Amino acid sequence: MPPTSPTTGATTGVTAAAAAPSRSWQRAFADLADGWRQRPLWGYLGWQDIKQRYRRSVLGPLWISISMAVIAVALGVLYGALFQQPIEEFLPYLATGLLIWNFISGCILDGSEVFIDNEGLIKHLAAPLSVHIYRLIWRQAIFFAHNFVIWVILFLIFRWQLDWTFLLVIPAILLLVINGTWLALVVGIVSTRFRDLPPVIAALTQLLFFVTPIVWNYDIFAANPDVAERARLAELNPVMHFVEIVRRPLLGDPEVLRHWIVAIAITLVGWGVALLFMRNYRARVAYWV
Amino acid sequence: MASIEIDKACVDFPIFDAKSRSLKKAVLGAAGGKIGTEGRVPIIEALREITLSLGQGDRVALVGHNGAGKSTLLRLMSGIYEPTRGRAAIVGKVAPVFDLGVGMDPEVSGYDNIMVRGLFLGMTRRQMEERVDDIAEFTELGDYLSMPMRTYSTGMRVRLALGVVTSIDPEILLLDEGIGAVDASFLEKARERFHALVARSGILVFASHAEGMLAELCDTAIWLDHGQIRDRGPLHDVLAHYKGRDSDEPPAQAPVEAESR
Repeated sequence: MPPTSPTTGATTGVTAAAAAPSRSWQRAFADLADGWRQRPLWGYLGWQDIKQRYRRSVLGPLWISISMAVIAVALGVLYGALFQQPIEEFLPYLATGLLIWNFISGCILDGSEVFIDNEGLIKHLAAPLSVHIYRLIWRQAIFFAHNFVIWVILFLIFRWQLDWTFLLVIPAILLLVINGTWLALVVGIVSTRFRDLPPVIAALTQLLFFVTPIVWNYDIFAANPDVAERARLAELNPVMHFVEIVRRPLLGDPEVLRHWIVAIAITLVGWGVALLFMRNYRARVAYWV
Repeated sequence: MASIEIDKACVDFPIFDAKSRSLKKAVLGAAGGKIGTEGRVPIIEALREITLSLGQGDRVALVGHNGAGKSTLLRLMSGIYEPTRGRAAIVGKVAPVFDLGVGMDPEVSGYDNIMVRGLFLGMTRRQMEERVDDIAEFTELGDYLSMPMRTYSTGMRVRLALGVVTSIDPEILLLDEGIGAVDASFLEKARERFHALVARSGILVFASHAEGMLAELCDTAIWLDHGQIRDRGPLHDVLAHYKGRDSDEPPAQAPVEAESR
């Protein structure tokens, strides 16, 4: 057997580290790296997914922003009244939370179908598995960018105070994307093997929305002695910490170190699990789809 | 240098279906002891103990009955399936051409489809940009290339797909009979391009029933039967052997392979 160094060029798909056994860290990392090199492919496909959805509509992807705006305003007016919050505070709070939530739920929901939906491509083309994940994340990132327009508009209307902590939005979004990637990968692999999971995941994701402080405000509940005990349970919800680290800089709210520490810890653990899954089940996905 | 080294490789498909592709089974199985674990999932042995070694310049025909495992072996060689047992080391840029249309999107223009199909085949954006004019000329689609592909006739789609597939520079070219289906309608021009493509490729493995095509493109052959290599050697010897057995052994054996495409 000739020793095969990972001589994969920029254009090669699956062949890096071909000599290493299927279940090896080397192959898992090679898949992620090879997929990353195929940026033109998944970059194009991710855009195409978006264009496809709004094909032949006059406003096109602008509908993403519009539908997000409609939901944010409707929920904002309703829950703002329910919680007796001033609209100029509550609407930005809610819209920013929704913006982040849409990205997270997109990664989970699309993740649960990512390999199942791409069965044809997986069985016909020797592309790294990660290509499908990157395409999904890229598509969700484009959605995020469209939804972000709403935040800009709200900011121009209400002009709340921002300070230097606003810059933290960059590492926060980066962390969000990095976590979306492992999440989609793990959910994708597990769902491909166990086909009962996609509906279960869809139901749980819906539940997750309500236990994450998006329409309700954690600080307000935690300050209320009647419900503080229960509100604190939200800390167990990992999604909350990601919502907080992205939302706080966007609203000019004071930073809480705790959320950052938890988010970074989840990033490390999550990627550990994802890499383990990649190592053990990467080669099985083609058999399972 | 392109090479394919396969050593005692097996491809076993687990057939989950209703039996075990559900978490319930696995959970219940774990609780109850022996039921429903991966080991109990029925398995189809699509390929058994395949050992072969291909190098630069090899032009191999893959023959065998339907369900003998030809497509699965091509997928093993392309790295789509990694062997469940044994090993397969593939070195080189692989272009699996199993289905002309895969990865093409009827909703986007012919130009966009040229690009994306090329990217799927492992080409870079720049390489495809260099080839676009050549492909456009070959397809004779003219202004249609700016139209969504859904407006194309079947013939036009085939021309576009062939134009792209024959424009690439693979180190390992794997062709499934899907491409053989086009044989009959092959224009002389397409044939030329096809031969040029094969000439550029480091390794060719071609699964087909079309003997004419095989004789034109290949010099050696592998006869696959029930997931095992039955015979291999110079093309004509293997073909004669294959056809000789054919007459006294009816082809309709229980298919080993349960793959749908």
